[in-house]
Amino acid sequence: MTNSKGVQRRSLGGLFHRAATLALLTLMAAPAWADYALNLTQGVSEFSERVYGLHMLILWICVVIGVLVFGAMFVSMYLHRKSRGHEPAQFSHSTKAEIVWTVIPILILVGMAIPATNTLVYMHQTGDSDMTVKITGYQWKWKYDYIEDDVSFLSNLDSASNSARQLNSGIDPATVDDYLLNVDNRVVLPINTKVRFLITADDVIHAWWVPDFGWKRDAIPGFVNEAWVEIKEPGIYRGQCAELCGKDHGFMPIVVEAVSRPAYQAWVDEQKQEQLVAEQNVERDWSQEELVAHGQAVYEAQCAACHQLNGQGLAPAFPALAGSPVANGPTEDHIDVVVNGRPGTAMQAFGDTLNEADIAAALTYTRSAWGNKASDTIQPRDVRAAKRG
Amino acid sequence: MSTAETTHHDQDDHHDHGPAKGLSRWVFTTNHKDIGTLYLLFSLAMFFVGGAMALVIRAELFQPGLQVVEPDFFNQMTTMHALVMIFGAVMPAFVGLANWLVPMMVGAPDMALPRMNNWSFWILPFAFAMLLSTLFMESGGPAAGWTLYPPLSLQGGDSFAFVIFAIHLMGLSSIMGAINIVATILNMRAPKMNLLRMPLFVWTWLITAFLLIMVMPVLAGAVTMLLTDRYFGTSFFNAAGGGDPVMFQHIFWFFGHPEVYIMILPAFGIVSEIIPTFARKPLFGYVSMVYATASIAFLSFIVWAHHMFTTGMPLGGELFFMYATMVIAVPTGVKVFNWVATMWKGSMTFETPMLFAVGFVILFTIGGFSGLMLAIVPADFQYHDTYFVVAHFHYVLVTGAVFSIMAAAYYWLPKWTGNMYSETLGKWHFWLSVVTVNLLFFPQHFLGLAGMPRRIPDYSVQFAEFNMWSSIGGFAFGLTQLIFLYIVLKASFGKRTEQLPDRVWEGAKGLEWTVATPAPYHTFDEAPDFRDEDVAHGDVAH
Ligand code: HEC
Ligand code: HEM
Ligand SMILES: [Cu+2]
Ligand SMILES: [Cu+2]
Repeated sequence: MTNSKGVQRRSLGGLFHRAATLALLTLMAAPAWADYALNLTQGVSEFSERVYGLHMLILWICVVIGVLVFGAMFVSMYLHRKSRGHEPAQFSHSTKAEIVWTVIPILILVGMAIPATNTLVYMHQTGDSDMTVKITGYQWKWKYDYIEDDVSFLSNLDSASNSARQLNSGIDPATVDDYLLNVDNRVVLPINTKVRFLITADDVIHAWWVPDFGWKRDAIPGFVNEAWVEIKEPGIYRGQCAELCGKDHGFMPIVVEAVSRPAYQAWVDEQKQEQLVAEQNVERDWSQEELVAHGQAVYEAQCAACHQLNGQGLAPAFPALAGSPVANGPTEDHIDVVVNGRPGTAMQAFGDTLNEADIAAALTYTRSAWGNKASDTIQPRDVRAAKRG
Repeated sequence: MSTAETTHHDQDDHHDHGPAKGLSRWVFTTNHKDIGTLYLLFSLAMFFVGGAMALVIRAELFQPGLQVVEPDFFNQMTTMHALVMIFGAVMPAFVGLANWLVPMMVGAPDMALPRMNNWSFWILPFAFAMLLSTLFMESGGPAAGWTLYPPLSLQGGDSFAFVIFAIHLMGLSSIMGAINIVATILNMRAPKMNLLRMPLFVWTWLITAFLLIMVMPVLAGAVTMLLTDRYFGTSFFNAAGGGDPVMFQHIFWFFGHPEVYIMILPAFGIVSEIIPTFARKPLFGYVSMVYATASIAFLSFIVWAHHMFTTGMPLGGELFFMYATMVIAVPTGVKVFNWVATMWKGSMTFETPMLFAVGFVILFTIGGFSGLMLAIVPADFQYHDTYFVVAHFHYVLVTGAVFSIMAAAYYWLPKWTGNMYSETLGKWHFWLSVVTVNLLFFPQHFLGLAGMPRRIPDYSVQFAEFNMWSSIGGFAFGLTQLIFLYIVLKASFGKRTEQLPDRVWEGAKGLEWTVATPAPYHTFDEAPDFRDEDVAHGDVAH
């Protein structure tokens, strides 16, 4: 800094000139920042734009204060050094100066607090929404319930990212589309519609964050938090869980697909159709092969994060299912563990999140995989009966 | 003056002066200088342990994909890194400095409670042995972050009980250390040194010690509630049992926010000693510095929930904590302005301690700016739990707290050891540290703004470049600290080649510079005659 030879020789005017040029260059480069993802996104809602404005306002205030304070320091370090023969003054206080540099910061802070307060009040207006989506965080996936439209599904990390993200997988993340920011089931939302979110969690605390909406909100077991968004532009908006929630915290992304209202309605109809098919699937008889094939897919998506693909679990936190007395024992107990979970452990109640066919298939698969002996079948009907208790 | 001290010692032969020989000197010592040395060496060791963990993290984050460790071990590393750095490196370093300097600065022969002093140090190695041993247990170390939020922290294995016990021990050690410092400062000052004549380092430590006494029991309470939730069936934080997981966060941060000031107020004190020395000019605005420190300490108790803006507080709560947090910028600003005013029109030289002090003022202020940004609630909805926060707290902790500790080490090392460090090596250490630490932490601002959450072992490819720079900076910063290690060890254990003057630095003020160099084993057996010219802020009475 100051005692590096170059700066020493340069005149004071030159120094200021350089500083000003640098600041100007940064200013001009600002629009280009977005391309390099250096700065906060402006987002796609009124709120996110206001947040961006606040962010830039405070950033510039800090830059100006920094230039003044550091500038004074550098000037002093240049002029008032012993090697230049500067004699030390002996003053040690000045009430006037101290009042000035207490009062001016207070005024600046008031200037920041006013727009910040307005924006915050705006964010808290969760009333008169057009639709409501309940978001539930689980280790390590999200569940979405569309309250009015009666649509409900789970959203997991997509399988391409999931394979690539294993330790030393040998897959280059750059070859995976939207690595770690892609899911199997997207949240579809209509644009220009005030969507209210009810955010909660089932096991530990998570946080739901899509930067383009301008906020994140903690998903806390036992609490229901509220937030809202009105998306302006159709598009795909990606985010991630933002509260440490265990080993796969980095692997529970969020993908929102914003579409026009008619397209949203079409999507809802499609979901309804699929639910109908799923309902019929619970009622009918499944063959062993069919159950095992479907069960393997369910297992890999829903259970392998903890119990591992090879069924060996991860000692000591996650028990092995290969050779487990439960997976080889009576079907009632096996169904019970998976439908109701084990309270107080990471084993959640899958009865709330998976449909009967998925659970039955996953169970049938685990009962015959990895050398497990009980190669009987569990039918979706059995799971439904257990659920109704 | 110093000759008088030394002769006094030579004549005074009816009790023991020199240290005992061998290991027992260190185990049984009640001497404030020995205990200060122990604290400082312990802190140095922990700095390298915590640093090694940071490098595991940075190695994993060097490029996208998982190459080095499993996610669960990654989480153990972030958790342990923070616990080791906070409770093992930074806090013991400040307590070590207080041990060495507070008695010498106030003209006292030793700490007020020397036996307790021995105990408060010797608890620490056991506490950290226990904490670190959890990494080798079957269930691994704690992995829920140093903030230990339930329900996640309750999911771990039985190493949890050891972690809680270790935290209790650290708290005990801190409380005893703090009581000792308060007792020393309030009771053992030289006769004419009234409170408003104390050196600023003593003032900041007095206030810090009160903070410690007030908040460490709160942490102890919080972790005890975790312990009973985990093992004795209580439901303080378990929603299913009628408890409240957010309550833990309130209790934790009621400790945690004052805790961050515990790690920065003594740093303010150090810098306020060093800058006047090398500007050869009295500290500007001594009295306002004292009041600013006290106001920061007071405010630190009413801002805790700014760590919890995204938990869904009511509007009124968010506004209160936003305004209170913004107010802290005022006394902090006063401090920065006073340092600049101290430099203004001085006659400055830039020996290594001054370089670190100036580096502190600039880089800590950058951390302060990002702190102000984080206080703005709507903006914090974006910044919270991203790398922007990681950058913020490393600017205030590494280029703040740690830089001040290094400045202090260079400044007082000659007084402690009788050896002058090599100015060339010191300058290399400073410049390499400044460049690498900024390479390490500055890009993290961009990462956070671009949307990278913290505490993740792997990230999407758009974040690859800055993470790579940051990791390179991390390894370079880590290597640079080996220079510091060499300098400290050489000064401590190398042969003495010259006799340094009592007042090692031309412009140094303070009673510690009136005793011989290196400082004799016992100083101020008789209270010194204190004069206003002896302190860095000069005569405040006029
Ligand atoms: C978030 C991690 C996690 C996921 C995902 C998970 N489990 Fe578990 N599971 C556990 C844990 C932890 C236990 C042990 C609970 C205990 O301590 O009693 C467990 C226990 C079990 C048991 C009882 C094993 C025994 O021997 O006691 C079965 C059966 C089981 N899980 C099946 C499944 C199935 C089927 C799925 C997928 C639908 C699944 N789990 C998904 C964590 C998980
Ligand atoms: C050698 C220099 C250091 C490096 C390279 C370093 C690096 C890191 C990294 C990579 C993280 C993880 C961030 C995340 O994933 O969220 C981290 C977290 C942290 N570091 Fe450091 N750090 C250094 C020094 C320090 C020091 C000196 C302190 C404290 C005095 C400190 C305090 C913390 C804290 C409190 C956390 C948060 C941990 C958590 O999320 O629970 N670090 N550091
Ligand atoms: Cu998470
Ligand atoms: Cu805080």
